[in-house]
Amino acid sequence: MTEDKIKLKLQPEVLEAVVIRFVGDSGDGMQLTGTQFSDTSAMFGNDIATFPNYPAEIRAPQGSLYGVSGFQVHIGSVEVSTPGDSVDLLVAMNPAALKTNLYALKPGHTLIVDTDSFTKKNLEKAEYTTNPLEDGSLENYRVIEVDMTSLTKEALKDVSDLDTKSISRSKNMFSLGMVYWMYDRSKDYTIDFFNKKFKTQPSIIEANTKVLNAGYYYAETLELIPNAYTISPAKMSPGTYRIIMGNTATAWGFLAAAEKTGLELFLGSYPITPATDILHELVKHKHFGVKAFQAEDEIAGVTSAIGAAFAGDLAITTTSGPGLALKGEAIGLAIMTELPLVIVDVQRGGPSTGLPTKTEQSDLLQAMYGRNGESPLIVIAASTPANCFNFAYEASRLALEHMTPVILLTDGYIANGSAPWKIKTVAEMPEIKCNRITKVKENWHPYERNEKTLARNWAIPGTPGLEHRIGGLEKDAVTGNISYEPMNHEKMTEIRAKKIELVQFNIPDLEIEFAKEGDLLVIGWGGTYGSLHSAVKQIYDEGYKKIGYAHFNYINPMPKNTGEILSKYKKIVVCELNTGQFASILKIKFGQFEFLQFNKIQGLPFSNDDLIQKFNELV
Amino acid sequence: METTTENKYTAKDFTTNQEVRWCPGCDDYVILRTMQKVLPELGVTKEDVVFVSGIGCSSRFPYYMETYGIHSIHGRAPAIATGVKLANPNLSVWIATGDGDSMAIGGNHFIHILRRNIDLNIILFNNEIYGLTKGQFSPTSTIGQKTKSSPYGNTQPPFSPGELALGANARFFARVGGNTPKEMAQIFTDAHQFKGTSLIEVLQNCVIFNDGCFDHITDKAVKEDKQIFLEHGKPMIFGKNRDKGLVLNGLKLEVATIGENGITQEDLLVHNAKEQDPTLHQMLVRLKSPMVMGVIRSYNDVTFEVREDALTAQVKANSNFTKTDDLFFSGETYEVK
Repeated sequence: MTEDKIKLKLQPEVLEAVVIRFVGDSGDGMQLTGTQFSDTSAMFGNDIATFPNYPAEIRAPQGSLYGVSGFQVHIGSVEVSTPGDSVDLLVAMNPAALKTNLYALKPGHTLIVDTDSFTKKNLEKAEYTTNPLEDGSLENYRVIEVDMTSLTKEALKDVSDLDTKSISRSKNMFSLGMVYWMYDRSKDYTIDFFNKKFKTQPSIIEANTKVLNAGYYYAETLELIPNAYTISPAKMSPGTYRIIMGNTATAWGFLAAAEKTGLELFLGSYPITPATDILHELVKHKHFGVKAFQAEDEIAGVTSAIGAAFAGDLAITTTSGPGLALKGEAIGLAIMTELPLVIVDVQRGGPSTGLPTKTEQSDLLQAMYGRNGESPLIVIAASTPANCFNFAYEASRLALEHMTPVILLTDGYIANGSAPWKIKTVAEMPEIKCNRITKVKENWHPYERNEKTLARNWAIPGTPGLEHRIGGLEKDAVTGNISYEPMNHEKMTEIRAKKIELVQFNIPDLEIEFAKEGDLLVIGWGGTYGSLHSAVKQIYDEGYKKIGYAHFNYINPMPKNTGEILSKYKKIVVCELNTGQFASILKIKFGQFEFLQFNKIQGLPFSNDDLIQKFNELV
Repeated sequence: METTTENKYTAKDFTTNQEVRWCPGCDDYVILRTMQKVLPELGVTKEDVVFVSGIGCSSRFPYYMETYGIHSIHGRAPAIATGVKLANPNLSVWIATGDGDSMAIGGNHFIHILRRNIDLNIILFNNEIYGLTKGQFSPTSTIGQKTKSSPYGNTQPPFSPGELALGANARFFARVGGNTPKEMAQIFTDAHQFKGTSLIEVLQNCVIFNDGCFDHITDKAVKEDKQIFLEHGKPMIFGKNRDKGLVLNGLKLEVATIGENGITQEDLLVHNAKEQDPTLHQMLVRLKSPMVMGVIRSYNDVTFEVREDALTAQVKANSNFTKTDDLFFSGETYEVK
């Protein structure tokens, strides 16, 4: 590399936030590189948000366009609520990665490429007719060309016991080293990581450390990149933090709920992208007595959980859209038998197999209505990677307190994304009041209800004197015995609906951010919180003070003050990653208001630019 | 599961106040009465017994048993029962299912529960017909059988439940006629005592839609010549005159008559239900005449829940985590001041 290849003027910068994307072949270790950078930044005190973007194929052909894997991280000294849209630094390890990701790089910003990978063969695979490094097409960017593969080999020439594959696979650490230097990050966390991860393979530790250092000093020695991108620690509330992925947070929320209630945790699950990591996480925790059962199919996943709920466990099942469809009949059984059960749906693009690794919010109506008969249940949605913890806990609380199945919606975006989580102890989590009954009462019936919540009592096998039978047939409102009486069926249908409606008195009110009344109310739900919050904040901070934002985590029932909030704005726009499913529910429940819509169905989160443009049109 | 020596229950204690809704004359009554009679003798307490069922005539069973019970959805009883048993391994769990419930809509759960060998008991009411939906052919109906959904004769070859079960690595399989409560009681007891998944096929006559389908085996007049009731460790002998038995000729089971061709009782096969190798058990379940009854296979193996418990104990012993807080604050954390 020579200095004249740095195309644009270099200006030292002090930044509040920066978005970096590492992209390469699916075997290039981009997920690891990105994770290391984000973890290091979090340790430094930055707020972070990350998003991995990887192909559905496990090992797509090398160099192919569809085999590109990426990891984006947004770090800031200010609040960071999304992984960011357009990027400030793009690290592209091969032509295919460049081709598929250049669109995201802001004009004038930095691109680091491994020139060694720009071979004729790789350019052809990426469908480039001319070499973009030579044809002038990158003029608007600051291009830093590094012969990274050769430099990596050079750095490792004295390390014995390394095969060619291990050598070329460590070049990702060269790029990481460079980026650490650029953003003034310490290498220590990553070197510690090598020492732990490869404890038994000293040559791998040595190789990775050498290459990381080589990249770091390469950036420093050549003085080609000014070391002035300092991002100070963010202002975050004091406490102990860790970086957590959404799916892990979900799993941990259930662990906390089980410990709080003293119940054993049972998971019945069948592997499905992007929900499987919850199973992977829970199956590790046998030390807490977690019973994670990998069933023969989705239906056995939910029905084994129903069996466990009947027998007294905190029972959950985890899945994604196609699996939720398969579980529908069984969820109806849980509604009819009024057993506590949590169903997690980590949403992905649909219908059918759809876009397994991409995000979408298109299972909302399935969650609400996707069962035979009148079958209401509680639907809640998490909105950030970290609050998956709270909502998994909350789903457990509501299921146990109201004796009903609860569907918890997350999505591929927050489930795979990671963010700092201020660690919660079990002691600070809210109480959960189970409906367990252990003493025999005169004339006891299994469908006796709590007058306030209409939740039935929960008598579990092994309790003497409370032997009873439940099932999917309609039952008498008083005795719980089978009943086909017309008026009884109507009454039971009403009770089941009322029971869910009453949950609104056991959940928090809807909160408004920014203008408490005004011209425009932006509505979102679930995993779009970060994007919507940032966009509304930007407009509000820029001086337009009549925009408010309401984010729904409770979908069914909705918070009891919802109608009151809707009445305080001239216009309402509902933003969601589907064709308008939540808007349709709002239209049914609040027909007196007009609901405008903003929708995106591309398997991707909202971009800030799209939202700003839309809101500006409306205000 | 508490074991009590005193016999404190009677059949009445296991009878609910629900009106039994099966057709008059149905073998289901025999199964119900036998179960209510056997349970008091098993030494289990009522609150520790759970009956789980799916959908179909047989699946009404839990409503009539004064124990815990769940009448679930079509085909899913094995998965629900697995959840019940894993949640509380102390329970005595019984599944009541039919040929359609277990081998058509619930086929997947049926083979997987047998494979896992969790300790519970499955009573398979096989009547070779769909009763509750009023007479369609089932996965065990014979070729040519005329039913509501096969008016010109069934063209789908049947499963043999025993063969299917042994193919799925069932450790315990027994077969019994729906009209022989004494043998049935013995088999229920054996199944209860067996540690692992026990499958009992009951040849259950449906008086309305498939009446007499097992008469050629179970009718009193032919029963002794058309059935052989096996007992572990005893020679395979049958017949009105107790003069017939089973011998192995090459790779085939054959009927031999004592006194003919120099055959003596010593030449007959001796039943070994506990043998791990299922080859001979497979041949026995396939035999049509005589139909083999009794406990055909009873191979002791480690149960699923025992494997799970052992692994959990091992993980607990090697873990530093006792509370979730230990996990949450473990590894890479950092302070914000």
